[in-house]
Amino acid sequence: MPCQDDPVDEAQALVQLDGATVRFGAFTALDAVDFRMFPGEVHSLMGENGAGKSTLIKAITGALALDAGVLRIGGVERHFAGPRDAQDAGVSTVYQEVDLLENLSVAENVFLGREPRRLGLIDHGAMRRDAAAVLEGLGLDIDPASMLGRHSLAVQQLVAIARAISTDVRVLVLDEPTSSLDLDEVAELFRVIRELKERGVAILFVSHFLDQVYEMSDRITVLRDGRLVGEYLTTELLRIDLVKKMLGRDVADIAPREHLVEPESAVEPVISARGLTRAPGIRGADVDVAEGEVLGVAGLLGSGRTELARLLTGVDRAQAGIIRIEEREHRLDSPRRAMQLGVVYSSENRRTEGLIGDLSIEDNIVLALQAQQGALKPLSTARRRELAVSWIEALNIKPADPDRPVRTLSGGNQQKVLLARLLALSPRVIVLDEPTRGIDVGAKVEIQRLVGELADNGLSVVFISAELEEVLRVGDRVAILREGEVAETVAAASLNPDTLMALVAQPDLPEA
Amino acid sequence: MTLLKHHLFWPSAALATLVVVNVIANPNFAKITMRDGDLYGNPVTILRESAPLMLVALGMTLVIATRGIDLSVGAVMAVSGAVSLTIIADAPDPGSLGIVVTAIATAVLVALVLGAWNGFLVSVLGIQPIIATLVLMLAGRGVALLITGGAITTVTSAPYKFISNGYLILLPVAFFIWVAVVAVVALIERRTALGMLTEAVGINPEASRLAGVRSRGIIWGAYIASGVLAGVAGIINASNTMAADSNNAGYLIELYAILAVVLGGTSLMGGKFSIAGTVIGVLTVTTLDKTIQFFGVPPAQSPVFFAVVVVIVVLVQSPRVHQWGRSLSRRRSGHGPGDAGGEPAAASATPTRQEVSA
Repeated sequence: MPCQDDPVDEAQALVQLDGATVRFGAFTALDAVDFRMFPGEVHSLMGENGAGKSTLIKAITGALALDAGVLRIGGVERHFAGPRDAQDAGVSTVYQEVDLLENLSVAENVFLGREPRRLGLIDHGAMRRDAAAVLEGLGLDIDPASMLGRHSLAVQQLVAIARAISTDVRVLVLDEPTSSLDLDEVAELFRVIRELKERGVAILFVSHFLDQVYEMSDRITVLRDGRLVGEYLTTELLRIDLVKKMLGRDVADIAPREHLVEPESAVEPVISARGLTRAPGIRGADVDVAEGEVLGVAGLLGSGRTELARLLTGVDRAQAGIIRIEEREHRLDSPRRAMQLGVVYSSENRRTEGLIGDLSIEDNIVLALQAQQGALKPLSTARRRELAVSWIEALNIKPADPDRPVRTLSGGNQQKVLLARLLALSPRVIVLDEPTRGIDVGAKVEIQRLVGELADNGLSVVFISAELEEVLRVGDRVAILREGEVAETVAAASLNPDTLMALVAQPDLPEA
Repeated sequence: MTLLKHHLFWPSAALATLVVVNVIANPNFAKITMRDGDLYGNPVTILRESAPLMLVALGMTLVIATRGIDLSVGAVMAVSGAVSLTIIADAPDPGSLGIVVTAIATAVLVALVLGAWNGFLVSVLGIQPIIATLVLMLAGRGVALLITGGAITTVTSAPYKFISNGYLILLPVAFFIWVAVVAVVALIERRTALGMLTEAVGINPEASRLAGVRSRGIIWGAYIASGVLAGVAGIINASNTMAADSNNAGYLIELYAILAVVLGGTSLMGGKFSIAGTVIGVLTVTTLDKTIQFFGVPPAQSPVFFAVVVVIVVLVQSPRVHQWGRSLSRRRSGHGPGDAGGEPAAASATPTRQEVSA
């Protein structure tokens, strides 16, 4: 779908897909999609959950073979047998979830599989020097000899990018590269992307942050339900139109939740924590959540968002402080205990701390309920199926096949399966840690709406997100986390993203 | 195509091929005769002699499903044999049923304690399974020798001998024992939620903990089951020879059990497991053992022969070899074989995609 005043000559396409089709059994994930990328351009791939973005990326990066259609790289037709083939052809990828080896050093990760050698042996000195040079090129101050696992997720992500660009790269695919980075790191990444762009690298930038897409990309391709909606120049596509094209429905549907008129602390909280402490992350945090209330939690990376969530739900044990649930004090020494008391936790790391990848959607949904009942009191086959089917329907999980292994689902659908598992327990308090991270606008809106509905039905929700707009849209009140403490709790209606940003970032401001 | 994709297809094909090769080489291999109302012949012997390995491999399957391994099973067999035979040998009347029952119950109880010890090291202390069970693998035979006083205890006891050498309706008692145990274990795992929770713990221990699964209990239970099953295997083994040979009872059986589990299609990575697959795997290993005897391979060379056949059987079952076979036979371009070791979603997608293209 060429644009009228497209400045780029057709013939220059570095990546060109014609009629790309990928099927999984009866399910067509990608349906005759045309797609192209030009050197020195940042191209964004946009689409809802299950639109086929991941499939398209895998087709370009050699992780999947096409059932029909042609892939050309630099004008040459290619059939990649695997990611290695694609890499040799100059196509490198950084996936959404960092896929590196935590038990190796940073340098070893950067050169994994193509270590510099001398006399057939790995030349560790050269490897460290080369890695240091690559990291320096990125402006990163990371010791190449340090263990990767010691670094934060954000730094690991940057190492993954360093790894991708350390090859002779012509096409760089970045799948949600910014989802775990803070603002400084995002700026750093964008600087690097611009540099690579100067060198003529074609960059595929997939992100659900519209701001970032508009800041970085020259061109946008929109997919919906595995089909191409169109290719547009970023300057010619209004945001509102982009969202419409992605959703295929009117944006009026996604109005913000109506906040409780008077979020009242006079109401007895369902869960109440005082002086929660666990070194080093949390130092004396106080939290109250009332029935039917959504408490948004906002804070910078490292302010203790996840750590607080884990203390509230028994995943980690508090060293000090008390938790009252419906006015009775409890010791939450395991997630199991917290669940018995009706307090459940959805981790920000869906893949490692949430889902059981090889088990089916059904097994994953019934897992917590079955664990509560005990191994020897099985839910009947009929009851399991009924639960799975009704939750698949209620949360619009796609594909709606209870027997499908959950690892084959897209991020948004995996998140829904995790929510279904927790909601099947009929909890009183649900703590959601970045439930919309790395998922598409459509699923994101669905989950935000679901949170509102749950609260309307009397559930107490703690909603943690790095996106301040989202915290404001979903939360009734917002707890501001700074350095492991709840600095203040403010009614969401009295805030806008700018004022909230100022509250969150306060310690960084010069002392008055 | 659906038959080809069943997880038991290739394990069964390997077993069937092995049997066919034997029958072609010597039609007498499959011959079954009736004597005194009982059946005899190679197939019956295989069913009988499978019993110890079957029980051990069954326990190993459960342990492997939790991402573990139990190297101590052979040693537990030696201890269990030593305990039961020593009790019988010391009794005034070795032939009495009461003594035999006491001996068996004590031996199984001791095996349970040993399994619980392994489980404690792994699930409570968090020691790596291969190291935790290595302790008992090395120490267990010493314990067995202590119990027998360093000698090979031999006894004469008709009821005890009946376990491995006796016949029930047409077929050996040992066969009925393993069939019953397999049925009980399969019922417990698949009719309760134990199997699903075990798989969940094996696939992702942390996610299981966060979902409220009592992983510690499940892992502990798997090692206890493995210990008990090895204990029963030790009794059957001792009953076969009527001697408690602490150095040779269950020697290397841990490795054959792991082999049988893997042949049956359960991954050493833990998670999804198949009891039926293990049954087929054990029958394959036992048949192979018989094949070696049947072909008259000299004992000195038999390990080499065994190894060669194992390599062939494993190749026959390898998904990657299947893909090469398919691409060779089709000679179609444009369908990369996919990267089996690569990204999970891609690897899992591969079989389905072949269905589409076929």
